[in-house]
Amino acid sequence: MAIEFVVNGTARTVNAADTTPLLDVLRNQLDLKGARYGCGLEQCGSCMVLVDGAPVYACAREVGTVAGKHIITIEGIGSIAHPHPLQLAFLDEQAGQCGYCLSGIIIEAKALLDRNPDPSRAEIAAALDNHLCRCGAHPRILRAVAKAATMIREGAAQ
Amino acid sequence: MSDTLPLSIQNNRRMEKWIRFDPDRTVRLAVGKVELGQGNVTALAQIAAEELDIDLTRIAVLAGDTQDAPDEGQTTSSQSIEVSGRSVRLVTAELRARVLDRLARRLNCAPAEIGVDDGTFRRGNAPTGHDYWNFVQTEDFAAEIAGTATPKPHTEYRVVGKAVPRRDLPAKVTGASFIHDMVRPDLLHARTLRQPNRGAVLAAFDEAAVRRAAGGDFRVVRVGNFVAFVGHDETVVHRAAAAAPAHARWDNARQITPDQQEAAWLVGKPTNERVHGDPPMADPPKTVIEATYSRPYIAHAAMGPSCALAEYRHGTLSVWSHTQGPYPLRAALANVLGLPTERIIVRHAHGAGCYGHNGADDAAVDAAMIALQVPDQCIRVLWRREEEFGFEPFGTAMQVTARAALDDTGKPVEWTTEIWSGTHVQRPSTGGNMLTHEALPTPPPDPKPTDPPESGGGGGTRNGLPLYDFPVRRILHHLVLAPPVRTSALRGLGALPNVFAIECFMDELAERAGVDPVSYRLSVLSDPRARRIIEDVAVRSDWAQRGPAGTGRGLGLGWARYKNKAAYAAVAVELEVDQEVRLKRVWCAADAGLVINPDGGKNQLEGGIIQAASMTLKEQVTMEGEGVTSIDWKSYPILKFSEVPEIDTVLVDAPDQPTLGMGECTMGPTAAAIGNAVAHALGVRIRDMPFTRERIAQVLLG
Repeated sequence: MAIEFVVNGTARTVNAADTTPLLDVLRNQLDLKGARYGCGLEQCGSCMVLVDGAPVYACAREVGTVAGKHIITIEGIGSIAHPHPLQLAFLDEQAGQCGYCLSGIIIEAKALLDRNPDPSRAEIAAALDNHLCRCGAHPRILRAVAKAATMIREGAAQ
Repeated sequence: MSDTLPLSIQNNRRMEKWIRFDPDRTVRLAVGKVELGQGNVTALAQIAAEELDIDLTRIAVLAGDTQDAPDEGQTTSSQSIEVSGRSVRLVTAELRARVLDRLARRLNCAPAEIGVDDGTFRRGNAPTGHDYWNFVQTEDFAAEIAGTATPKPHTEYRVVGKAVPRRDLPAKVTGASFIHDMVRPDLLHARTLRQPNRGAVLAAFDEAAVRRAAGGDFRVVRVGNFVAFVGHDETVVHRAAAAAPAHARWDNARQITPDQQEAAWLVGKPTNERVHGDPPMADPPKTVIEATYSRPYIAHAAMGPSCALAEYRHGTLSVWSHTQGPYPLRAALANVLGLPTERIIVRHAHGAGCYGHNGADDAAVDAAMIALQVPDQCIRVLWRREEEFGFEPFGTAMQVTARAALDDTGKPVEWTTEIWSGTHVQRPSTGGNMLTHEALPTPPPDPKPTDPPESGGGGGTRNGLPLYDFPVRRILHHLVLAPPVRTSALRGLGALPNVFAIECFMDELAERAGVDPVSYRLSVLSDPRARRIIEDVAVRSDWAQRGPAGTGRGLGLGWARYKNKAAYAAVAVELEVDQEVRLKRVWCAADAGLVINPDGGKNQLEGGIIQAASMTLKEQVTMEGEGVTSIDWKSYPILKFSEVPEIDTVLVDAPDQPTLGMGECTMGPTAAAIGNAVAHALGVRIRDMPFTRERIAQVLLG
């Protein structure tokens, strides 16, 4: 069936069974590879995207439920040519090792900073507790999110 | 001379295998070590940029390619910088010397008169009109690499030793960059139904039920007990594979009992026996103290499940894999598939961090096996999460008894580390089998358990000899032949359990002697580099104010020199314990000699601390019935963001010393520091990992 929604600001129509995981549609029909399969169980956060501004596990979310909604993937946050402050901060802090978890974490951090522009380390950690990182880049990731918050606040103040 | 050359050069003597100057004023450096998330490729580029005097941005790196890059075996054992880095340094220094010698002859001057600025040659301050790109000739590549060129002295380094950003990270924070994200023409998705164990026979398979569950078209590929589901729609083949185990009946499936998941099960089982170190004392002191420690089976638990792509076109098999060793994988593929190696190309693509031998190679063999059955298509295999947790080779359980004969002052004069362990190396090149191979109609012979030689750092015995000044130090190693699950290399091999045992036992001996644990260590430790890092973390963690035991707050310390010959690391941990352990702060000092990229190095040290903390506090592979029962992140929890401590890391500045591999050096010291801090907090020692809420309650209740 045809399902319409907006992805990274562009209206898209996909032809898929409404029970197809949103993650499969994003990756295989829309060629947006930044949201990743990690567990398919809503346990690791590698697949996280924003649906109407809220972080959602794309691995288990059925595409039929996002009809008419606005979806943001890591590709919609920023690009290498035009990075978002979060992406800049993650690069500044070299906040990653293998990097598999990072797109989901940056999505979650975006949602956090949208609702809390000046989170404490504990608040950042609590917000990221739905995300796993096996490499142990956590301290850098926590610093990067805090740094991005500062960059965004200072940018807004100018 | 060649005896002293690094193995990478011994095996790859042709200059063109390593270096190529491209017309766009870049240099293509090809290496056999691969990026696994540890940043080694960035560091290798730094070394080449330094020796050639070319801007780092001009160095492009091809890493891991059996067609176009040198064979450097496996990317393991913290050897990328020690071995590959040393090789790249010698190769690039030699090429530079050859080119400058020839230019000097042309200009009738001494080579030392020629300077290089970003690849452009000048004589004194005058331009020569030459650069690498217009001057390098085929003849510069004609001779085999001699390895005799003199690299730059470290005092002239401009790029090496500087914190340089990882070159692969921008793509990883913006979109596609992993093997999982690759798109090729004629792509078909594939999933497998795994044989539960070697020797199991697929007696019945209800394909109709699987097709109903999948809800779409796919093809079933079956060769013996290897079954795969292949089709255009990834959702459909994934659902087929998820449904398949419930509709498959296996004969000769193993039955595991829960006691087999514990390290203690290993004791008393059939073994190969080895003894290392000094002969026992003829007449040791009568006071002998011992304690026994353990670690259970541990999963690599990569964030992204294993993935591979394979194409069989016109008699050539091309495979993309996040393997640690493209050339060894090629050999394994040739062996399993019966193809000549010259018809197989393996190319490395980035995967999730693996921390050792996980399912990467098995997935590559899966994809290749399917590709031979479904030629002229690109077969993309992805393991399901349950498959990753259920079928990757695990880090083996280990039980370690530390035993000391003490003199009158309470110091060991004879130290024995007695180790029970499964094998730590079960790659095809070290006696292991690929899963798909075991499922074929003609399976390979049984795996042959082995252990790496002591010269390579050992496996179960890794770090089993303490580096203290004890007159007699020995290892009794029981290599257990048949653990209940397949085991292979996990970051540090036996170093984590052995250092945990040794350093915890040192605290126990210190307590018995009534001496502060740091003072006790320093009283039997003469290596100045070791003393320096221990003293450093003791000062920064305010060790002198450590306070009494049993208050619920603990400070503990551990140290080791990885493999007893690589990087030194000391770790101190502050934590609190009530029902659970809460890590508060960690201090780390490491001495890795010349560090190429200090920021990358710190990232590795700190990542190792967090990973080891996670293993120590939380992790255990569980098993029962036909297999592994810890098959998701709920049943195999790892450390979460809110549980991660602040970490303060210092790298000793020692650029005049050879580089020492540091990717694994903090694992053992961290486990030991946590063990000692928990004992300090509780006043009671826990000797078996993981330190879960249940285990703490058990110990406190006595």
